[in-house]
Amino acid sequence: MEKVGVYICTGCDIDKLDIERLKNVAKEEFGIEPKVHPHLCSQEGVEMLKNDAAELDALVIAACSPRVKTALFTFDDKYVERANLREGVVWSHDIDEHAQELAEDYLRIAITKAQKAEKPEPYIEEVSKDILVVGGGVTGLTAALEIAKAGYKAYLVEKEPELGGWVAKYYKTLPIEPPYTRIEENPVFKLIEEVKANENIEIYTSAQIDSISGQPGMFDVVLNQNGEKVQFRAGGIVVATGWKPYDATALEELGYGKFADVVTNLEFEEMAKNGKIIRKSDGSEAKNVVFIQCAGQRDENHLPYCSSVCCLVSLKQAKYVREFTNGNAFIIYKDMRTPGLWEDFYKEMQQDDGIYLTKGDIKEIKEEGGKLTVIVTNTLLGEDIAIKADLVVLATGMVSTLKGLYTVKEEFPDEKTVPYKHIAELHPIKSEEDIEIIKQAGHILNLQYRQGPELPTLKYGFPDSNYICFPYESRRLGIYAAGAVRAPMEIASCIEDAKGAALKAIQAVELVAEGKTTFPRTGDIDFPNFFLQRCTQCKRCTEECPFGALDEDEKGTPMPNPLRCRRCGICFGACPERIISFKTYSIDQMASAVKSIYVPDPNWDEGAEEKFRFIVFACENDALPALDMAALNGKKWSPLVRIIPVRCLGSVNTVFIADALSKGIDGVLLLGCKYGEDYQCHFIRGSELANRRMENVAETLERLMLEKERVQVVEVSINEWDKVTEIIDNFVNQIMEIGANPYKGF
Amino acid sequence: MAGEILVIGGGISGLTAAIEAAETGYDVILVEKNPYLGGRVSQLNKYFPKLCPPFCGLEIFFKRMKSTPKLKYFTNAEVQEISGEPGNFTVKVKIKPRYVNENCTACGACKEVCPVEAPDEYNFGLKKKKAIDLPNIMAMPFQYYIDDKYCTKCGECVSACKYNAIDLNEKEKELTLNVSSIIVATGWKPYDATKLDNLGYGKYKNVITNMEMERLASPNGPTGGVIQTMDGKPIETIAFVQCAGSRDENHLPYCSAVCCLASLKQATYVREQYPDAKIYIFYIDIRAFGRYEDFFAKVKADENIELIRGKVAKVEEVDGKLVVTAEDTLSGVKSKREVDMVVLATGMQPAIEPIPGIELDEYGFVKAKPGIIPAGVAAMPMEVASANESATAAALKAIQLARR
Repeated sequence: MEKVGVYICTGCDIDKLDIERLKNVAKEEFGIEPKVHPHLCSQEGVEMLKNDAAELDALVIAACSPRVKTALFTFDDKYVERANLREGVVWSHDIDEHAQELAEDYLRIAITKAQKAEKPEPYIEEVSKDILVVGGGVTGLTAALEIAKAGYKAYLVEKEPELGGWVAKYYKTLPIEPPYTRIEENPVFKLIEEVKANENIEIYTSAQIDSISGQPGMFDVVLNQNGEKVQFRAGGIVVATGWKPYDATALEELGYGKFADVVTNLEFEEMAKNGKIIRKSDGSEAKNVVFIQCAGQRDENHLPYCSSVCCLVSLKQAKYVREFTNGNAFIIYKDMRTPGLWEDFYKEMQQDDGIYLTKGDIKEIKEEGGKLTVIVTNTLLGEDIAIKADLVVLATGMVSTLKGLYTVKEEFPDEKTVPYKHIAELHPIKSEEDIEIIKQAGHILNLQYRQGPELPTLKYGFPDSNYICFPYESRRLGIYAAGAVRAPMEIASCIEDAKGAALKAIQAVELVAEGKTTFPRTGDIDFPNFFLQRCTQCKRCTEECPFGALDEDEKGTPMPNPLRCRRCGICFGACPERIISFKTYSIDQMASAVKSIYVPDPNWDEGAEEKFRFIVFACENDALPALDMAALNGKKWSPLVRIIPVRCLGSVNTVFIADALSKGIDGVLLLGCKYGEDYQCHFIRGSELANRRMENVAETLERLMLEKERVQVVEVSINEWDKVTEIIDNFVNQIMEIGANPYKGF
Repeated sequence: MAGEILVIGGGISGLTAAIEAAETGYDVILVEKNPYLGGRVSQLNKYFPKLCPPFCGLEIFFKRMKSTPKLKYFTNAEVQEISGEPGNFTVKVKIKPRYVNENCTACGACKEVCPVEAPDEYNFGLKKKKAIDLPNIMAMPFQYYIDDKYCTKCGECVSACKYNAIDLNEKEKELTLNVSSIIVATGWKPYDATKLDNLGYGKYKNVITNMEMERLASPNGPTGGVIQTMDGKPIETIAFVQCAGSRDENHLPYCSAVCCLASLKQATYVREQYPDAKIYIFYIDIRAFGRYEDFFAKVKADENIELIRGKVAKVEEVDGKLVVTAEDTLSGVKSKREVDMVVLATGMQPAIEPIPGIELDEYGFVKAKPGIIPAGVAAMPMEVASANESATAAALKAIQLARR
C-alpha cells in the first residue's frame, strides 16, 4: 500500500509513553507524519479517520488491541493495521525504556505490514444458487422442501426407486413436535406429497452420483439414473444419506440368527406395518415381548456409542404390543435415555400397565420347548430375573451410511499420507490392497477432491463437527451433513437438522457469489495466490489444507479452488518455496514485519547496548485474546517480547523463524490452540502442523549449532489468560539462561 | 426502526441465529436483556465433552459480529409486546439505561474510584463487583455499565472518566421495531434450588448448585478457578446430586437433558485439582446420548468416581460433614455418603417472562407458530451443540419470511 496514514492515540494511559519518540519512528524511519489524538475512538476521532481514509490506502492505528473497537475502526475497503499499545504495552508492562522500545517496535511492525499489504480483489464467478440434496429420507425431503420454501431450487437425489427412506417402512412414528406424548401416524407420506408438488424441487430417484467436481457455487454434478447420465450445476450440497442398521448377525450372544424368535427392532417394525405381531417360528401371535436395549450399542465390541433413539423406539414398539395383541411388553435397559421433553413420552408409556421396565443386563437368552427365556442380571432387586418371551426384540443401533467408506485420504493410517489420523477412527487397514477393497465399497458423493471422495468423518464414521459452537463445520465449504448420517437421532431432530444444514448451504452459495468465505473469517474476500513458476511439486500445501481446497495435476502442481478456501493460511505456512501469499497476508509482509523489529546490537549499532529480543507468534483467535485478558487483569510479561498475531499457527512459515534468528532474535515462541484429540484449533489442524514443522526446525537449529529450545510451540486456550504470562516469562528466562543468539551481529 | 429478523436473546442460541441469518444476507436486530452478550454459556468454565472453554467460541462469534454490518444489537433491552402477523410484526422494546455510552474505552478509571461494592450476579453473588464495572472479562460490548440497583449516583465515576462516557441521568428508552419474523432465543435460568427443601441448599453453605460450581472452577470466578469448600478447605469428598428438581412432578416434570453430562464434566474439574478426591454421583439414569457415551465411558473409568443409582432423599449436616442419603425407588436400597461438598445438578427452566404475542406451553417453553420461531433452550432443554443446530434451523425459518 502506498498511502499509509499513521494515528497514535494517547488515551487510556498510552500517553505515559514518550509519544515524541513514537512519532519519530513513523517520521524518520518511514517518512510518514503521524497524527496524535487523545481519544481516537471518540466520535470526533473517528470522524477525522474517516475523512483521512478517503485519501489513503491503509491506516495504522496505534491504540488498543485489534479486538477492541474493531467495527469502529473499519473504513470500507481500506486496510487497517492496529499497533496494540494499550493491552500490549501500557497495561501489561511497567513504563520504562523497555516498554518504550516495545511500543516503537509495535509501531514499526504495524507500518511495515500496512505498507506491504496489497488491495485484495474478490474471486467472482458466475455461480449457481441451486442446492443438491443427497438422500430422499425424512432429512433429505425436509431439506429440499425448506430450501424451496426459502426461494431456492433443490435437486433431490435418492438411490432407491421410492422416496421416504427408512421411515416409509415404519408403522407409526414418534411425535415430530411437542407435546411428546403420543405415537403418530407416519408423517413421511405427506412430506413426500409436498415435495413432489413443489415446482422448485427436481427429483431424481433410482439415481446415484457418478461425480461431483468443482467448488461451492460451481459444483458440476453427474448422476447415473437407471443407466442414464444426468448433469447439472449446483451451488451447495446437503448430505442426508441417513443410516444403516447395525448388523445383527454379529449379535449371536443375544440369540440373533440362533433363535427364530429373536428379531431386530426394524424387523419388528415391519411386522407391525404388515398388521401382525407374530412369532416367526410358528406364526402364532406374540403375547409376551421382551425388548433388549443397547443390543450392540455402548459396547466396545460392537458400537461404542449410544444410538440415542432406541429407548424411545422400544417404548413406541411396546405400545404396538399392547395395540396388536393386548399382551405384555418388557423393556430391559441400562439407562433409560429419554432426554429433555422426551421424558413426557417415557412417562406416558409408563402409564400403560402392560409395559414393564427393568434396569439390568442380559445374562442369557435360551430356548426351551420352543419358548424363549431371557435371564436378566444386575437388576435393582439384586437377583436375576427370568422372563418368558414369545418374541425377543433387539434394539439395534444406527450406523452412519459413511461408515466404512473411503472418505478422505487422511483417514488411512499410513504415516506418509496421514498427517492427522487421530481425527478419524482408525480403519483396520494394513496394505494398499485393503485400501482398494474399501474403495470398492463404493462412494456416495464421489467428490473430485484431491483429499478424498466423501465428507471427512469425525468418529465412528459420522461426518460430524468437532466444534460444539459450530455444529455445521464439515471441513468442506458448501457441503453440510444432516440427520442420521451425521449423528444418531430421531425424526424430530432430523427435521431440525435438515433445516440447519439447508441454511448453511444457502448461506454458502450467497457468500461465494460475492467471493467471500465462511466462518471463522466470514466475509474475507482475499484468497491465496500461487506463483506456480517456482513450485517444486512438493505437495505439502495440497496435503495439508484441512479444507480440501487444493487439487493437484498429474505432476503434483497445486490447482487452487478459491471458493473452497477458508483463508487460514495453512498452505502459505507449508510452502518451502514461499510462493503462496494473500494480498493482505503475505510471506513478504510477515517476513518484513519480523525484520522491522529493532534488535539493539553493539556490532551493528555503535553505542547500542545488547538486549535480548523474542518474538511470540500468537494465534489471533485464542492466544491473543488470552493475552488481552491477562493485560486487563493487570498481569505483566517480559517487555523483551514482541507479540505478532497470526491467523492460525498453521500459517507460520519457517522462513519467519529463519529470518528472526538470522536477525539476532534470541528465541521464537508459538502460542496456539490445543491439538490432538478434542483439538481446539479453529482451522482443524493448524496448531498441530505448526508443531510438526517446528520439530523440523529444531533439527535445522541443531545443525546450525543453535539450541533447539530457541523455537518452541506451546498450547494455550483462551481461558488460560491466568497462565499465559507465565508461559512467556518462563520461555524468556530459559533462553536468557542459554544466552544470546550467537548470530547477533552477523 | 426496521430490520427483517428480530432475535430475542443474545446467548449462544440467539448469537448463532442472528449471525447465521446476517451472514446469509439478511438484516437482523438482536436484543439482549443483560448488559452483555453471551448469556449462560459465558458463565461456564468448560463445555462437555471436549472440555474446551466457551470463551473460545464466543470470541469467534463476537469477531463475526464485528464484521457483519447487517447485524445490529441492543443490550439492556427487553421486548414488551409483539403484534401484527408473519411478515409484518410490530415489536415494542424497552431499553434500560446503561449510563455508560460508546465513548467508553474500558480503561477502568471509573471502577477504581467507585465506592460501592455489590454482589456480582454473573458470579451468583459469590464475588463482589463495583456498582460500575465490566460485566465480565470477555464482555461484548466491551464497555462498562452501571448497576442501578446499587449505584448511589455519587458522581465519582463521572469525574474520573476522561472520555465523557458516563451519563447518570440517562433515561429509559422505547424502541418500536418492524420485522418480518422473530426468533425467540430467551434461554433458561437455573431452577431455584431453595425450593428443594430436602437437599439443604440455602441451609448448608457447602451445598451449591452446578452453576455455582462452574463459577468456582472458572479462572475469572470468585476463587480464580480453585475449587474449594465455602470455608476455603480443599475437597476430599464430593457428591453430585442428579435430577435436583428435574424429572420430579413437584418441581420440573421434564428432564433437563444436560445435567448428567454437566456433572460428569464437573467431576473432571474436581479430579484435575484433586487427584485423590472421592467423587459420588447419585443418578436415576445417566443420559449420555449419542457420542457423549464416549465421555461417560472416560469419566466412569476413574476408580475414584462412584456412580450410585438412586434419588437423593435428603442432605443433612452431621458434625460438620454433609451426609447424603439416597434411595432407589424400585429396589428400596438406601445409600449414604459423607462428603465435604454437595453439588446439586439443578435443571433448566425457561427464562422467558410472558410477552404478549408469544405463546408458552405448560412448562413455559415457547411454542412455535408462523413467524415466531423458538430456538435453543427457549424451545426445550438441550445442550449447546443442539442449541446451535436449533438456532441455525430457526434462522432458515426466519429468512423464509424475510426479504433479502
